[in-house]
Amino acid sequence: MNSLILQITARYLAPVILMASLVLLFRGHNYPGGGFIGGLLAASAFSLHALASGSEKAQRLLRVDPRSLLATGLLLAAVSTLPALLSGETWFTGQWMTVPLPLLGDFPLGTPLLFDVGVYVAVIGFTLTIVFVLTARDTEEDIR
Amino acid sequence: MLFPASITLLLLAALLTPLAVRVFRTAAGWMLALLPVGLFAAFLTHSGAVANGGAVTWIRPWAPSLDLTLAFRLDGLSLLFALLITGIGALIIVYAGGYVDDARKRGRLLSFLFLFMAAMLGVVLADNLLLLFVFWEMTSIASFLLIGFYNEKEEARRSALQALLVTGLGGLALLAGFILLASIGGTSSISALLAGDHVAGNADLYVPTLLLILLGAFTKSAQVPFHFWLPGAMAAPAPVSAYLHSATMVKAGVYLLARLTPVLGGTVEWHYLLTLAGGATMVVGALLAGPQTDLKRLLAYSTVSALGMLVMLLGIGTELAVKAAMVFLVVHSLYKGALFMVAGAVDKATGMRDVRVLRGLQRLMPMTAVAAMLAALSMTGFPPLLGFIGKELMYEAKMQAPAASDFLLVAGVLANAVNIAVALITGIWPFTGTRAQAPEGSIRSGPALWVGALILGLGGLLLGLFPSLMGNVLIEPAARSVRAEQVDVSLALWHGINPVFLLSVLTVILGVLLFRLRGHMRRFAEWLQVPAVLLPAKLYDRFVDALPATAARLIAYVQTGYLRSYLFVILSAFVLLAVATVFPLREWPAVSATGTLPPAAVVVVLLIGTATVAVIASQTRLVAVTAIGLVGLGIALLYAMYSAPDLAITQILVETLTVVILLFVIRQLPHFKLLSSKKTQLRDAVIALLSGATMTLFALKAADMQLEHAISSFFGENSLVEAYGRNVVNVILVDFRAMDTLGEVTVLAVAAIGVYAMMKMRNGKKEEAR
Repeated sequence: MNSLILQITARYLAPVILMASLVLLFRGHNYPGGGFIGGLLAASAFSLHALASGSEKAQRLLRVDPRSLLATGLLLAAVSTLPALLSGETWFTGQWMTVPLPLLGDFPLGTPLLFDVGVYVAVIGFTLTIVFVLTARDTEEDIR
Repeated sequence: MLFPASITLLLLAALLTPLAVRVFRTAAGWMLALLPVGLFAAFLTHSGAVANGGAVTWIRPWAPSLDLTLAFRLDGLSLLFALLITGIGALIIVYAGGYVDDARKRGRLLSFLFLFMAAMLGVVLADNLLLLFVFWEMTSIASFLLIGFYNEKEEARRSALQALLVTGLGGLALLAGFILLASIGGTSSISALLAGDHVAGNADLYVPTLLLILLGAFTKSAQVPFHFWLPGAMAAPAPVSAYLHSATMVKAGVYLLARLTPVLGGTVEWHYLLTLAGGATMVVGALLAGPQTDLKRLLAYSTVSALGMLVMLLGIGTELAVKAAMVFLVVHSLYKGALFMVAGAVDKATGMRDVRVLRGLQRLMPMTAVAAMLAALSMTGFPPLLGFIGKELMYEAKMQAPAASDFLLVAGVLANAVNIAVALITGIWPFTGTRAQAPEGSIRSGPALWVGALILGLGGLLLGLFPSLMGNVLIEPAARSVRAEQVDVSLALWHGINPVFLLSVLTVILGVLLFRLRGHMRRFAEWLQVPAVLLPAKLYDRFVDALPATAARLIAYVQTGYLRSYLFVILSAFVLLAVATVFPLREWPAVSATGTLPPAAVVVVLLIGTATVAVIASQTRLVAVTAIGLVGLGIALLYAMYSAPDLAITQILVETLTVVILLFVIRQLPHFKLLSSKKTQLRDAVIALLSGATMTLFALKAADMQLEHAISSFFGENSLVEAYGRNVVNVILVDFRAMDTLGEVTVLAVAAIGVYAMMKMRNGKKEEAR
């Protein structure tokens, strides 16, 4: 697929989509959004790039193997359930602390956020593993 | 705090070991051994409290609804095992650091060893049946990784799988047994079970419970007929054999039996099953050791025999027998660990393990020779080594056994005689005389390779000379845990000339005789190996061979590989199950109750309907995919209208990505053709309509139902108060029902691996075809 318009669009759109996905991830606890949605959006940024410039370039942009992302996300989500055990509560119980931020006031920070980040990373890894493996075949055959 | 910290530290060590190996290089073993040494010392500081009858506990809830707690408890029995695990573990880490030359492999081996150490420590410290089971399975996995350490060798892979399958099967039975036991006792806390006066022996389900738990213990501790995996495990590097398959892991089964003796023991079934299996294992192990000429295999089969002795002693179950079991446990760990380390050092120095050739090694490796002789003398039960005390106690226990003591004694003397011969063949003979032939290869016998064996050998000597060192501090509290009553342990080296001593002398004479006639013994033992002894291993082979073929047949039947047949099955199952559930409810939903649609929604619904028709009528895939995307977007719009923004966003993203992925796939498919007959088309249409109608019915019914306690109100009320989040959907996902989410993400991972593997394999096949 060689569309100049798509390539240029993707080049400028992808960073915006990625930023938006982060926003969705972090505001998810209070407003529509969250790790799953954010992850899907981030993955679609790379998919768009793969669609426009081929999966090789998209993979190079990602730098890491999406399978590692999948594993990292799972690990993060699993690890975030453990602090509860240290403070003597049931496994999976969310642990919160309040971080006083300048200008913004008190900001509650907790293990569910880490869990959500884990989901975010895992969803990116999942989607891109599949997208890349499918598109890689595609480009291979295009070249031939 | 010591228990969770010790296990966590060991797990951390497992993670960081490859890094440590890079930093410390060849000294990595010495440096890393400091951790288990420290833990050994820490456990030792508790010995005073434990000896006085106290127990150290640490409890945190884990999943209370499953009666699963992170409960750890250190009593006499746990302390004995914990000291063996950390003490011998430290020596093994040093040894392993010197044993493996390749730096990367050294890191991997040390890492797996720490993983195993953590798991094993968990098994002996756990005070909850389910928690114990978790660690139990961890030891099986660590053992699998360690046996298959040389994964480039087919034999190693095969042996690793065999050990995993046999112990894994036992593990499953064990879990079932634990659940039964917990339901009998009303708790899964081990200390509560031990303290309670409900003797499981009177319960209706006692026999199945006992059988299932014994299956778990017997597979782990290589009891007949599951003994065959242990010699195969000798494919592992020598440090692994010394640690897992002689000193610690195989004793997990023995630990479990000892631990549960107060709950499960004391019955006729317990007594006979354990004595019989233990006795048979003792004899079979000795029998199989007879014809071996390989250093490691000889030691492996004598380990099988020793494990049999331990189980048999627990089966006899008298105060004396339990005492003997605890002493022999220590004796065996010390000498067998040392001899395996010696075997590895010999293998490394000479490149061979054939006991018919090895000779005169004392000049080559003097320190190893001293260690080997000390260990071998303890194994023969020669005074003043600890082995002597162990054997005396064992004979005494058998003499005073409540039943069949004559039979037990004869079998014991025979097995011990073979063990003495094995000790002489492996520990003494190679280190005497003059060398027959020059060893090949380089000889580098650094201190790392002999220091561990020497310490264990000297330990056997020291504890033999001063048996009171461990009698009151370790053996008595341990025996007390098993017997659940006061036990008097006063170990002494010399009891005077009595029947027991005479039996010992007889055993030694027999053993030396067997050693002198070892050529005959080999032939005789080979002739004695009747099919019955070898049958379990053959049955295992046949089972494993038949498994893939059966699975292939089943898969060929269930998995057709056609998406349409999967859809057919899934949708019709859905329709049937849904109708079967809704139909008995009788009351059909009132459609009018749904109210009128706002005009915007009508437009969207019309759009969805049109797009659906377009999907069916389309003649190209591109149109179909686009139209399907349209359907999805329409549904997303509906979500947004009815204030479910999270669902709407998710739906849009999923639809977009699905269309993108489908577009990639479509380009590789052959041209679109209509191949189905009119009849199949009709059938598919009926299925599609039926499932659509069922779904509609379901949705209406769900809206119609008035539940007394709507769970949504709970989430709504507690979302901000307890979970600090205003977005209830997200709070449910990451907090209230986070465990479900974790499960779902795991499913994603599995699915991704599946797709990846499938596509890669397809590509691979294509490459081959070209």
